[in-house]
Amino acid sequence: MTRWDAIIVGGGHNGLVCAAYLARAGRKVLVLERRHVLGGAAVSEELYPGFTFSVCSYVVSLLRPWIIRDLDLTRFGLQIIPLDCSFSPLPDGRSLARWSDAEATRREIAAFSQRDAERYPEFGKTMAQMARFVKPLIDSPAPDPWSLKPRNLADLWRTAGRMREMNDEQRRILTKMMTMSAADFLDEWFESDVLKAPMSVSGIIGTYLGVRSPGTAYVLLHHYMGEIDGAFRSWGFSKGGTGQVSEAIAAAARHYGADVRTETPIEKILVRDGRASGVVLENGDVFDARIVVSGVDPRLTFLGLVGSEHLPDEFVTQIERYKLRGSSGKVNLAVDRLPEFACRPGDGPHMRGDVAIAPSVAYLERAYDEAKYGAFSKRPYLNVVIPSVVDPSVAPPGKHVISCFVQYAPYNLAGGADRWPEQREAFGDTVVDTLAEYIPGLKESILFRQVLTPWDLEQDFGLTEGNIFHGELSLEQLAFQRPAPGWAHYRTPVDGLWMCGSGTHPGGGIMGASGALAARTLLGTKAV
Amino acid sequence: MPLPTPFHDRTSARCASMKWKEWAGYYAVCSYELCHEPEYFAVRHAAGLIDVTPLYKLDVSGPDATAFLDWVTARHVGRLKLGQVGYGCWCDASGRVLDDGTITRRDDASYRVTSADPSYGWLVHQARRFDVRIEDVSDRLAAVALQGPAARSVLGDACDDDVSGLRFFRAMRTRIAGVDVDVTRTGYTGDLGYEVWAPNDGALVVWDALVEAGRPHGMTLLGLDALDVCRIEAGFVLLGVDYFSARRCVLPSQTSTPFELGLGWSVHLDRDPFVGSEALAQEQQAGSEWALVGLHTDWDELERLYDSFKLPPHLASSASRVAVPVYADTRRGVQVGQATSSTWSPVLKQHISLASVRTPHAAVGTELGLEVTVEFERHRIRATVVDTPFFDPERKRATPRSAAASGQPAAPATEPMA
Repeated sequence: MTRWDAIIVGGGHNGLVCAAYLARAGRKVLVLERRHVLGGAAVSEELYPGFTFSVCSYVVSLLRPWIIRDLDLTRFGLQIIPLDCSFSPLPDGRSLARWSDAEATRREIAAFSQRDAERYPEFGKTMAQMARFVKPLIDSPAPDPWSLKPRNLADLWRTAGRMREMNDEQRRILTKMMTMSAADFLDEWFESDVLKAPMSVSGIIGTYLGVRSPGTAYVLLHHYMGEIDGAFRSWGFSKGGTGQVSEAIAAAARHYGADVRTETPIEKILVRDGRASGVVLENGDVFDARIVVSGVDPRLTFLGLVGSEHLPDEFVTQIERYKLRGSSGKVNLAVDRLPEFACRPGDGPHMRGDVAIAPSVAYLERAYDEAKYGAFSKRPYLNVVIPSVVDPSVAPPGKHVISCFVQYAPYNLAGGADRWPEQREAFGDTVVDTLAEYIPGLKESILFRQVLTPWDLEQDFGLTEGNIFHGELSLEQLAFQRPAPGWAHYRTPVDGLWMCGSGTHPGGGIMGASGALAARTLLGTKAV
Repeated sequence: MPLPTPFHDRTSARCASMKWKEWAGYYAVCSYELCHEPEYFAVRHAAGLIDVTPLYKLDVSGPDATAFLDWVTARHVGRLKLGQVGYGCWCDASGRVLDDGTITRRDDASYRVTSADPSYGWLVHQARRFDVRIEDVSDRLAAVALQGPAARSVLGDACDDDVSGLRFFRAMRTRIAGVDVDVTRTGYTGDLGYEVWAPNDGALVVWDALVEAGRPHGMTLLGLDALDVCRIEAGFVLLGVDYFSARRCVLPSQTSTPFELGLGWSVHLDRDPFVGSEALAQEQQAGSEWALVGLHTDWDELERLYDSFKLPPHLASSASRVAVPVYADTRRGVQVGQATSSTWSPVLKQHISLASVRTPHAAVGTELGLEVTVEFERHRIRATVVDTPFFDPERKRATPRSAAASGQPAAPATEPMA
């Protein structure tokens, strides 16, 4: 029987990246995906005839440019169309659009605050400078400040060297970003609520925190990383939906020799004498491998597929405590016409970017208030994109797909997560009602609606508690503590079992970094 | 002062940026909005519509038309089938390129030639021995290019006839909104695309029909800035930027031969003599001094260079036509050429250049040194010679099999340009 060098559990984008790197290094790699499509949460599916949806993840955030180059992904079909605009419609008929055109943006912001309009580029400059210091952190395994291992000390020294380049002001800003809430941090810079609200939400995406919760300011930096990133303008739509990113990575992996299989659900990871030796499929088939690399989230990996009996008690406790608690949902719409915003009619360039339904900081905080006590927000924050405007291949001519990311939709509803199926359509109605307040003709134009609650994300996509990042991206669960202190370097307490998913450093979004750094670590330590 | 093209009423109404430049004596839009990027992405993912009227257009007809074009151009025009378009260049007697363009066989003895420079005088001068009629129709004929993956659908919706079977580098006649037009499957973007040739008095009607047909397909108006990025990705040389017409050069070293421009594939020497054929045959024997190559800039080196200045890497967002020295290596090596066009390629996520280098340094894989200026200081970073086109999507040449079978005689779905 074939013995694989490595079996990757889960064909999500990180698993595929890891597989591609291992295969490129000559290893015999098998990727096993439960669903009929590759990509995990980065999938495109034609849910309604002629309409292709980026079902879950809907924009490509910071797909690492060195991965694009290493794996030659553009040759395998990766195409990203940048988001050109961030548009915030308001219920009172006003609106704010921020563009790549700096002067136009200044005028837009000046309609609300002239002072903010002039500070905005200064903020951008400062953030870009700060991003330069942070970028190396997401491109290498996280050094642990408490470990005295030589390799780790060298990494720490390098990171510290970077930090020493900072001037006093930059150090102060970094400290603030690590400790403050996104909204409080932005209060120090800006006065206009209309500007601060859509900016602050980047700190809470996918977390069960509010824009006034401490520690949410840090993620603001990520939004400026794309501007200095070697892939320039790296926030964007993947042509053909986000599934095309996964398909491109899978094509690369196959090109390098990996065997990538769909509709192959696994039952458990085999552990013999304290060592992972392969996997058992749901149909009973057994595959042997030198190592098993899990691309699924830590909770599912350890408590679902491995079993706590094979793990130290202390580690099991840590994984039980690991915060997943999904807080967001997704509503996908097929519509028969281009939506028209009451506050800015027509098919102008504001339709080409992302639309934030976040009219004020108080609106966002109120949305969180409801979620704290186990209800979905009556008026949620929405991040809406209409990719068919710039990528006509995803909808028939003249028709469009609308993707709504919705927060908050807490996994743990009051009364239990299994109340979600009965709440699903009410939740969908809330989202459509909210959006229809800005797009009057929306309801009449809907041909098809898909509502994904956190419960659905768990059931359909294997995301425990519906957490889109395999675990909250809160500070205590980042870097050398992701997913658990002492286990941040893709290694696990089980010999031969490794992790490569978003639940490892740096995690988050369609970045591919977790998968690539895991592969780099595996090859570097000669684990395979 | 430049002149307005027949589309000027429409283009000027939409040119919010007010960014124009002069192109062959006409006003041409650089970008409709301040930033050209959305136009670029429209070409690569939907469709773009660009006014290319300023191209020079010459109609050549008469009993000797084929023999004449065979004489004057480096391409074997006699081999063009009816309705076929050929790309080629024409040279002076010493084999130095004067201009390049397309030649469309519209009838048995009737051709349309496009060029970047005025070529009427040269053609007339060469026509003395031939029974041909040469007519400069540049001022009477409007031209618009429709480029991008959705171009076939847009054109199909606008035309009276089925255009889906029109193959790469083929021409057909059809009607758009009641106006008789010529359509060629050609363009300057390296993507699926067409060019539509219409009489001036029907130009606006054709424009409006194409704009209307393009609306549901996400078509965007396209300016020269975005086109420049596309044509570099496609590896197309531009007269006046990557090479200079021998007619305008004051030094022999400023001129180029077709082989030196990577256009050797369009030179057909195996036939009767033509203008420059003797020199070109000699060059083919002896080898060329220069070669036009593609360069990939090493991003990691660029990033390290910027980092040594404590700066994040920075690149201009638009294409550069400022020639930059290319050296034999990144340290002390001598200069071996120049990069004449450079751009960040958004679709490839790579910085690319078209460069002329001395032949010993032109092999694919050769590592050269490219000059980069950071904080007013000149540095060299590694750039690797690669094949062009940098970006070459299948859709550029592909024709849907069903359409090809119904609309045209049997032929492979894809075919080489030659």
